[in-house]
Amino acid sequence: MLELKNIDTYYGNIQALRDVNITIKEGEIITLIGANGAGKSTTLMTICGVVPPRRGEVLFGGKSIGGLSADKVVRMGICQVPEGRLIFPDLTVQENLDMGAFLRSDKAGISRDQDQVFGLFPILLERRKQLGGTLSGGEQQMLAISRALMARPKLLLLDEPSLGLAPLIIRQIFDIIKQINRESNTTIFLVEQNANQALKVAHRGYVMENGRITLEDACDKLLANDAVKKAYLGL
Amino acid sequence: MEYFLQLFFSGLSRGSVYALIALGYTMVYGIIELINFAHGEIYMIGAFTGLIVAGVLTSLGWPVLSILAVGIIVSVLYSAAYGYTVEKIAYKPLRNAPRLAPLISAIGMSILLQNYIMLAQTPDFLPFPRLIPDFAFMAPYQSFLDTGDLFIISTSLVVMVALTLFIKFTRMGKAMRATAQNRKMAMLVGVNVDQVISMTFIIGSGLAAVGGVLIAAHVGQINFYIGFIAGLKAFTAAVLGGIGSIPGAVLGGLVLGWTESFATGYVSSDYEDVFAFCLLILILIFRPAGLLGKQRAQKV
Repeated sequence: MLELKNIDTYYGNIQALRDVNITIKEGEIITLIGANGAGKSTTLMTICGVVPPRRGEVLFGGKSIGGLSADKVVRMGICQVPEGRLIFPDLTVQENLDMGAFLRSDKAGISRDQDQVFGLFPILLERRKQLGGTLSGGEQQMLAISRALMARPKLLLLDEPSLGLAPLIIRQIFDIIKQINRESNTTIFLVEQNANQALKVAHRGYVMENGRITLEDACDKLLANDAVKKAYLGL
Repeated sequence: MEYFLQLFFSGLSRGSVYALIALGYTMVYGIIELINFAHGEIYMIGAFTGLIVAGVLTSLGWPVLSILAVGIIVSVLYSAAYGYTVEKIAYKPLRNAPRLAPLISAIGMSILLQNYIMLAQTPDFLPFPRLIPDFAFMAPYQSFLDTGDLFIISTSLVVMVALTLFIKFTRMGKAMRATAQNRKMAMLVGVNVDQVISMTFIIGSGLAAVGGVLIAAHVGQINFYIGFIAGLKAFTAAVLGGIGSIPGAVLGGLVLGWTESFATGYVSSDYEDVFAFCLLILILIFRPAGLLGKQRAQKV
């Protein structure tokens, strides 16, 4: 479904991604783990067209999307829940969700999807008229995920959904990620520092270090891998 | 009391025009964090367009109010085209440059447009026809409320209400608010940010043109330099209200207009600017973000 081929991405003169190859098949949950500054978020921004790659190819459903602007990538069906959630603070919860459906015009479908996200996160229904900036961190994460779902993406990119949240909320968020993948067959690409949780949820995983992919395997194998254990699981 | 009302309304009318121009500064700043120094020139070009349209239509014998209406519409369109073009030429190529670069480019654009109008038109003051007639029903109030002031106040009100509705309820309005709050996230939900920025310049320029024609028709003369003064005052109004905040721009404009009007009326017209800028300094000392500006801590 999504293929990154030999991607090199730069910020000015600084190279952030080096020869990155990632393949995601339809219906999978794929995770990308790695330390701070390894290039995980850059990988997502490259996919979304916010920071275009200097070399290499991004293929989505067989079509090259490497040079497309961000809004066109969203139109193709790729949606990102960015790191830090980036809720629109002065829009209400409802308006934030409306922005998620910005490119859609099928009113019936939008309201159906909205009922669905309120079903996933009932708290948002309660907070519907509140400004996004007044929500707690966990609620903002729920809103960020819901906003992305409102676009009805084929591929959902999640950047550190567990960042700064309480363990109980983290478990809830990961359960919902699994549920989204199972129920609506949405393909998910999950970027995480919380390697333990991420590897338990995902099917396959990639490990990134200094802008390079250093390991790639099924998650149960990565969980058993000594190097991964030592570096990312603290075992 | 009558004197007070007179000052109140002339301040309100002056303030509404500041507000119309300030909206352009504040909207552009809200979206791309740039002080568009060429904005005053767009206002001036609006006034000149109004003058040209008025000249042509007067010679055709049109009634004044329809001349004013057509003059406003044409100058809105013309100024909007200027605003759009200025953004594409002077700011868009510098979108990712350090922040000082587009600022300098803006100052350059301002000087360029001023001199262009000076050369293309004239360096002297030009008389602007009186397009706002004295309505008969205004006669009893004439002692404290000038017809021109009333016209400016009501037109500005209509325009501002329309703008508020546009921003609150339309798709483009929502996209503009979203882009102002977080440009990256707006891109990630599929907003075409370039389009939003263009639209912001178009709307801001159109608003300035409305202000330009109204004030020119009221004051009765224009020259190539009026944009500099008005732009500076409107910029002050925008900062006063809290740059980036749309209600702030309106409030800032009104506060500035009233300050000037009352200072002129009760102290001396020599001191009108002194009071206006003292007020600015005081507000910036006690509320650095402006009257309605916010400083919000980001949740992590």
